[in-house]
Amino acid sequence: MTTSSRRDVEGQELEELRRDAAAWREHVARLPVRDETDFSTISGTPVEAVYLPSDLEPGLEDRTGRPGDFPYTRGVHPTMYRGRLWTMRQFAGFGTAEDTNQRYKFLLSRGQTGLSVAFDFPTLMGYDSDHPRSLGEVGKCGVAISSLEDMETLFDGIPLGDVSTSMTINGPAAMLFCFYVAAAERQGVAPARLRGTIQNDILKEFMAQHAWIYPAEPALKIIVDMFEWASEHAPQWNTISISGYHIREAGSTAAQELAFTLANGFCYVEHGLERGMDVDAFAPRLSFFWDVHSEFFEEVAKMRAARRIWARHLRGRYGAKDPRSWKMRFHSQTAGVSLVAQQPLNNVVRVAYQAMAAALGGTQSLHTNAYDETLALPTEDSVRIALRTQQILAHETGVANVADPLGGSWYVEALTDRMEQEAESLFADIEAQGGVVKAIEAGWFQRQIANASMRYVSDVEAGRRLVVGVNAFEEEQDAPIEILRIGEQAENRQRERLAGLRARRDAARADQAMAELARAAREDRNVIPAMLDCARAWCTLYEIRHTLEEIYGSYREPVFF
Amino acid sequence: MMTPESHAQPRHLARPVRVLVAKPGLDGHDRGAKVVAAALRDAGMEVVYTGLHQTPEMIARAAVQEDVDVVGLSILSGAHMTLFPRVRDLLNEAGRPDMLLTGGGIIPEDDMATLHARGVGQLFGPGTPTSALIEYIESWAADNLTD
Repeated sequence: MTTSSRRDVEGQELEELRRDAAAWREHVARLPVRDETDFSTISGTPVEAVYLPSDLEPGLEDRTGRPGDFPYTRGVHPTMYRGRLWTMRQFAGFGTAEDTNQRYKFLLSRGQTGLSVAFDFPTLMGYDSDHPRSLGEVGKCGVAISSLEDMETLFDGIPLGDVSTSMTINGPAAMLFCFYVAAAERQGVAPARLRGTIQNDILKEFMAQHAWIYPAEPALKIIVDMFEWASEHAPQWNTISISGYHIREAGSTAAQELAFTLANGFCYVEHGLERGMDVDAFAPRLSFFWDVHSEFFEEVAKMRAARRIWARHLRGRYGAKDPRSWKMRFHSQTAGVSLVAQQPLNNVVRVAYQAMAAALGGTQSLHTNAYDETLALPTEDSVRIALRTQQILAHETGVANVADPLGGSWYVEALTDRMEQEAESLFADIEAQGGVVKAIEAGWFQRQIANASMRYVSDVEAGRRLVVGVNAFEEEQDAPIEILRIGEQAENRQRERLAGLRARRDAARADQAMAELARAAREDRNVIPAMLDCARAWCTLYEIRHTLEEIYGSYREPVFF
Repeated sequence: MMTPESHAQPRHLARPVRVLVAKPGLDGHDRGAKVVAAALRDAGMEVVYTGLHQTPEMIARAAVQEDVDVVGLSILSGAHMTLFPRVRDLLNEAGRPDMLLTGGGIIPEDDMATLHARGVGQLFGPGTPTSALIEYIESWAADNLTD
């Protein structure tokens, strides 16, 4: 029998199975069910009461592959967590560099395996702690880093050749990366030995997180400069973490998170190719970052679909030949947006379910949120529970023993296929808008996300979706919990420190370094070498930001609601 | 931006309540601000939304120019103890102590009390249904606004 005629027979059998399934579903649909509940996912996708083998298109094995094999639906490593557990990486930062340095040492001493820097809003926007726009925000939501001096303090006593560090910074990513490289040099560590990730994903800033500086095109140029510089000098460094997290936190659905993030990924690849780089020279260092929400199976399916789509597009559309370019490696974080202020200890349970979804989705690293994060930055106690949640998951539940344990589940495979289809259809919508950058400038993504967010809020407010403690099972009075408070000391200490730095440094050398940076930008050269010299010459974050702003201008958001 | 049609104004007012929803400081979290702006609009108020990264000066200027009744700040960055009093002072200096300054975000309860003593109205924490702030503004308007 030829292959095609075998397919015809299988096709006929499948038709019969589907007719049979449809008849059975009709029967089931007449049975009584709870009527107070909406049986769609948290993203609003309706799901069947049960999934059957005939719900899957033929060719499942080709679509999934084995763990470690193209298209990596089942994971990027053949041994998955038997080979190596995911990295437990808790995002942390508050106050001054000294305060956060203490928190890092605390986390490392309790079994955390990687560091992750949370910067304060002024730093995220490229303002020094003593800039007027920083008033009231220094050290509040993260650590204040205004110069190489602060970066050195942050990692004091932590050998940068031995740890892997993730830095959540985007608008001024290149500047903070240069501070980090310069701090490592002063520890005697060459950039080639540095391991870690810088978020550096400006497209999702425009869509969702909103910590931008320059307009899209110059911002993308600096990102490609980073790809280029790091491929030569810091080959172990992940130059970008293409992030769905913030898109989801801003209220998107799971499919939007998946599609918008991958579309951003493709946009970065295309910009690298336009620069004339070989896709395999930079694609292996593109990493991803997903939100893990509470809709358990949808989240697992999202991560499985993400790997498959990336692999297919990188190989098929962009001609990557190195399997490392095809493999999507990602960090994940439990969904901050799912936590509620009412009965906050219940958040421990939400986080634990979400963390399990991340492990079943095959994450490479994970941050588990602390239960008190809807109220304040987490305390040492709440952070310890969050970290212990991961350790219990890894060592007591057995999830780490088997690769992709949900592979072959008719439900999860059907959801994975559907996620891929929804993403492909959203890619077509984005193309119809003229591509990612045009759609951002028109506010298209922002509206899609705001509409999804509004739909979810109205579902909760109308009681169509229940959230424990919010619109169901409420308590009269919540027991108060201890929260972390950050005063104005950080701002005052930072002001003094920056004044000291400006007085002490060689002003002529700093000016010269900034003039050279401006020249590099004007002549459209790679700006990283000159920026690194600015860091070494003790130029501050805002000085570097401002030097380039004079040339590149600044981004203006389309305002709507 | 303003909505062209407004209905449901408080019974004694011939016009809708005007509200400025603002995001002060560098905090980029605008999911809540946008949900609130849309909910107030749907409740029949005239809503102006400033967009992100506004200084207190920009907010006070916009409030006076748009001649709003209510200014609502959304702050999730922990900077509320600096930003609320600053906006209150600027509104007062601009001759508008009558404007209601309210808002929400991640604000501990004892800070809410301190801010209330500084001339700030009720503040709303995470998980508040939009109906609670609509009721609050409508009842404030009924007590404080005339045509």
